[in-house]
Amino acid sequence: MEEDGADAVVVDPDALAEATDVGVRFPNGTDALDGVSLRLRPAELVAVVGPSGCGKSTLLRVLAGLLAPTRGGVRTARGAVGIVFQQPTLLAWRTVVANVTLPLELAGVRSGEATARALAQLARVGLGDVARVFPIELSGGMRMRAALARALVTEPQLLLLDEPFASVDELTRERLGEDVVALRATQQFAALLVTHSVSEAVFLADRVLVMSPRPGRLVGEVAVPFGRTRDAALRASPVFAKITGEIDERLRRAPA
Amino acid sequence: MTRAIDVVLPLVVALLFVLLWHAFVATTGIAPYLVPPPAEVGHEAWEHAGDLLAATARTGAAAAIALVASIAGGLVVAFVFAQSPLVARSLYPYAIFLQTVPVVAIAPLVIIWSGPGLRSVVVIAFLVAVFPIITSGTTGLTSVDRDLHDLFRIYRASRWQTFWKLRLPHALPDIVTGAQVSGGLAVIGAIVGEVFAGYGAEAHGLGYLVVVTAGQLKTAYLFAAIAACTLLGLLFFAGLGWTRAAVTRRWRAVS
Repeated sequence: MEEDGADAVVVDPDALAEATDVGVRFPNGTDALDGVSLRLRPAELVAVVGPSGCGKSTLLRVLAGLLAPTRGGVRTARGAVGIVFQQPTLLAWRTVVANVTLPLELAGVRSGEATARALAQLARVGLGDVARVFPIELSGGMRMRAALARALVTEPQLLLLDEPFASVDELTRERLGEDVVALRATQQFAALLVTHSVSEAVFLADRVLVMSPRPGRLVGEVAVPFGRTRDAALRASPVFAKITGEIDERLRRAPA
Repeated sequence: MTRAIDVVLPLVVALLFVLLWHAFVATTGIAPYLVPPPAEVGHEAWEHAGDLLAATARTGAAAAIALVASIAGGLVVAFVFAQSPLVARSLYPYAIFLQTVPVVAIAPLVIIWSGPGLRSVVVIAFLVAVFPIITSGTTGLTSVDRDLHDLFRIYRASRWQTFWKLRLPHALPDIVTGAQVSGGLAVIGAIVGEVFAGYGAEAHGLGYLVVVTAGQLKTAYLFAAIAACTLLGLLFFAGLGWTRAAVTRRWRAVS
């Protein structure tokens, strides 16, 4: 949050995504975002935490290019962007592998190659055995994994995660978090994670940005000093508790 | 899935109905040209089985052609409606026209335009059957989740790709549901069309059979013809219902 004012557009050539003093006002007059600036560097995972309805999903939609900001500037690296929504949003009439090939298919990749890449990506998320079944036959966690495979199959530089694991139970959610950590070790991508779960943010992110609601503003930043390899035991460590405590505190201090 | 009890119970009702009908005719001694006894209807049906089957097949063919045309035509209209709410709002009142205009009122006009015969019968059945496809198709094409649309936008899908790979398959359960209603209407439309248009001297459909047997007070034969109309409608309804079940079984359900 170095920039100040709409004119100070600083372009960082390495940044994969950059928002500068972004404001979004909905047609009904509600201010969803106000003066939000952030920058994502290659291979970095940044989490935005805030209460429900604080505008964090709106921020993600702006960065994805799905919503034009009413103020400020947004720049997202050209090349592939992958997205995972709160729900798996799989196409029910396609098999798991056909769901994963979709982004390649839309980009005009030959179907043989697309299928091979999709199968490889499914194997990386642990769904190699269920590639030919329909989504309805999968558990909630497996559907989320399929969505993750679909988002990563294009080998994007930037992955956008919109409350990605909010629809599954706590245990599955933690497992999926561990999967993301493992995937980051093998595939290089930067990611923006939007979540209301502080522990999920701390477990996954290199930096956590705290957002306050109505209008959504970034009110703090906490660095997470854990490096790239993290395992489930980390959640029980005192440092983990200290950082989540700090973020909780900032969230509580933020104007509601 | 249909269980045995769902078949057996209605059959029991049918049997009871026939017994009551027989008892009614036997005790009241009502004239057979008003209400023929069930045995006589059965006899007439057996006697004219060839004619009845041929007429049913002809009417069924006309209804099937009209149904296919309704699905194709209805989808084209639904596609146009789905392009923008403005277009849909401007044109929807005229689509309702199809639903509200009495078919007997436009049938003579259709015959003036396309002459007696199969073509008029199909056009009349089409006009009756197309409306449910328009509404269900429009609903299906426009009710796609925002997230799914966003997904296609993020991958820069063309309008064409979004239609073929997202909107149309997403609409399929709605379309087959509409087609089930349409199928029943197409049968009714074809029979009404035959009453007006017919197929000429040699061939005739159920509509013609109904009119002629009524005119000659061959009431038992008329009953058999009405039963054939009902069975034909039922056949369409059941066949399309089965298709619908097959499609909806794995469609949607995954959010």
